[in-house]
Amino acid sequence: MRTVRFLLQKEFRQIFRNRAILAMICVMPVVQLAVLPWAADYEVKNVNLAVADHDHSTFSQQLVNSITASGYFRLTGYNGSYQEAMHLVESDQADLILEIPAGFERNLVRENQQKLFVAVNAINGTKANLGGAYLAEIIKNYNQRIRTELISEAGEPIHVIEITSSNWFNPLMNYKVYMVPGILAILITMIGGFLSALNIVKEKEVGTIEQINVTPIRKHHFILGKLIPFWVLGNVVFTLGLIVSWVIYGIIPAGNLAVLYAFISVYLVSVLGFGLLVSTFCDTQQQAMFIMFFFMMLFVLLGGLFTSIDSMPEWAKTVTRFNPVRYLIEVMRMVILKGSGMKNILYHLGIVTLFAIGLNSLAVLNYKKTS
Amino acid sequence: MHAVKLDSLTKVYGKEKTVAVDRVSLTVEQGEIFGLIGPDGAGKTSIFRMLTTLLLPDGGHASVDGFDIVKDYAFIRSTVGYMPGKFSLYPDLTVEENLGFFATVFGTTIRENYHLIKDIYVQIEKFKDRRAGKLSGGMKQKLALCCALIHKPTVLFLDEPTTGVDPVSRKEFWEMLKRLKAQGITIMVSTPYMDEATLCDRIALIDQGKILSIETPQNITNSYPDKLYAVKAENMYALLKTLSAYDRAADSYAFGEYAHVSFREAINENLLKDYLREKGLTGVELKEIDATIEDCFINLLRK
Repeated sequence: MRTVRFLLQKEFRQIFRNRAILAMICVMPVVQLAVLPWAADYEVKNVNLAVADHDHSTFSQQLVNSITASGYFRLTGYNGSYQEAMHLVESDQADLILEIPAGFERNLVRENQQKLFVAVNAINGTKANLGGAYLAEIIKNYNQRIRTELISEAGEPIHVIEITSSNWFNPLMNYKVYMVPGILAILITMIGGFLSALNIVKEKEVGTIEQINVTPIRKHHFILGKLIPFWVLGNVVFTLGLIVSWVIYGIIPAGNLAVLYAFISVYLVSVLGFGLLVSTFCDTQQQAMFIMFFFMMLFVLLGGLFTSIDSMPEWAKTVTRFNPVRYLIEVMRMVILKGSGMKNILYHLGIVTLFAIGLNSLAVLNYKKTS
Repeated sequence: MHAVKLDSLTKVYGKEKTVAVDRVSLTVEQGEIFGLIGPDGAGKTSIFRMLTTLLLPDGGHASVDGFDIVKDYAFIRSTVGYMPGKFSLYPDLTVEENLGFFATVFGTTIRENYHLIKDIYVQIEKFKDRRAGKLSGGMKQKLALCCALIHKPTVLFLDEPTTGVDPVSRKEFWEMLKRLKAQGITIMVSTPYMDEATLCDRIALIDQGKILSIETPQNITNSYPDKLYAVKAENMYALLKTLSAYDRAADSYAFGEYAHVSFREAINENLLKDYLREKGLTGVELKEIDATIEDCFINLLRK
């Protein structure tokens, strides 16, 4: 234990002397958490709409009004012909065209039926998809309203199924509440993984490991001396991240903080083990950096932060089971948003524990003092 | 018991099976300065790395202080001192912190073994709060030696400690080694500088992984078989060409401002001078000299 203490003393001295690392640890979580959630927003606003109105009736006016009143759309063109509206799409001034046929009002009242035409510019998939869906929803509501009006004028009873929904755990459907815990999970993974991988490779690169290897320091002492400081730093970054999300976004974990920290503790061990494993394969920091980037990309894109895992194809779902980041993101959202307790995250905790044991054992086996 | 004993130690690298160390056998007595002399790539560092348990041998055996380098590696790691050819202390820790760290790692303190490093440490003590990476080359060398000595090793392995160090510091360094020897520490040192060989008690000349000769420096130069002359002329290039064409000479090569030429037997100096003048060389000077280690090394290589 004495040896580990001296190794820790040395390690912390080096960390506190390295301004770049200190700055990274403090600035990265603050800046990323302060900036990213505002940009990484799924809500599609400001969809540009061009209307080709051939009817110019009260009904068509009402319809266009209710569309623009929804707040999602911006009317960029009110044209008399479809061709004119199409020009707007071609010059990228409109994303959607709504064509209202001539005789819209008349036919609707007289024949109880009318068709509208919607054309969507599908170059930006998300915008097209959501914009189209929003528009359909608005038209449906409008349709409902007209029917109600018309039928009640006729004095017949109305049979309407009204759907109201309530968003649990995130009542206002605020995307930031959903993104911030996920981004924090990625931050922890990056800082833990990169720091441990690069640090040990640096000892190889500078040659100091040579001098360490001829000392009586035991393998597990050396590795503990490396893991503990970064484990502590990981917890510091996590705490910093929680504070930032409370101060900026007012996110207060609904669940128990102790549950969150218990999970993070184990999770950090697994991520540090991964960094350690990478470092045993590399001789230079450049190699380590590239390998870590490769895995980080996979971890982030297959972690369920930006895209829902449930909507991935089967093979991708299988891959995500081997991604520790996925479990952290899930647990973060469960505990912070839903208030899950220890019992609910036991499955995740179990898997991450397996990762921690497996990765660290592999790393220790692969770390040799003698070549 | 020998301080270090190598018994046909062999190291082979890579797929091409490059033999870096080829069945090397030698012994180092306790309390002597043993030099491993050879050019770059001779296998000196490989031998050091095997003896300090950083590299596994591919054949043969070796022991340090009676401990086998493979089986008893743990004992060796706590008893020997190793100073690698490349500076490998923590550049972001200060002089004092580096020394303190290596002392504690070996379970000792600076104070306990201060007498061993005192002579060397006083020279760098005024920089003790400076980071090791910011020291000059000679200072780094001294700090590295202090760190290798701080746990009172029985055998000290120094891998090319004077490479890249200025002549004055090199001389100082060897004086330090002599003082350490007086304290009873066995020192095994490697160097590509032939002039440092005479400062060792015994040396092994090594080339391409093979030992050419193991002797005291005196015996090595004494056993030089031929007569050796130093020759000088105004046109050095023409002189070397003429000498190599001279079939009575056993060998000839450039050596600083002179050319060295060896003969199997004593010769009439005037005859050689006349021959050289005949070939159109001017300003010819000639004198018989004693062989240096380098002459012996070249002689052994040519065999």
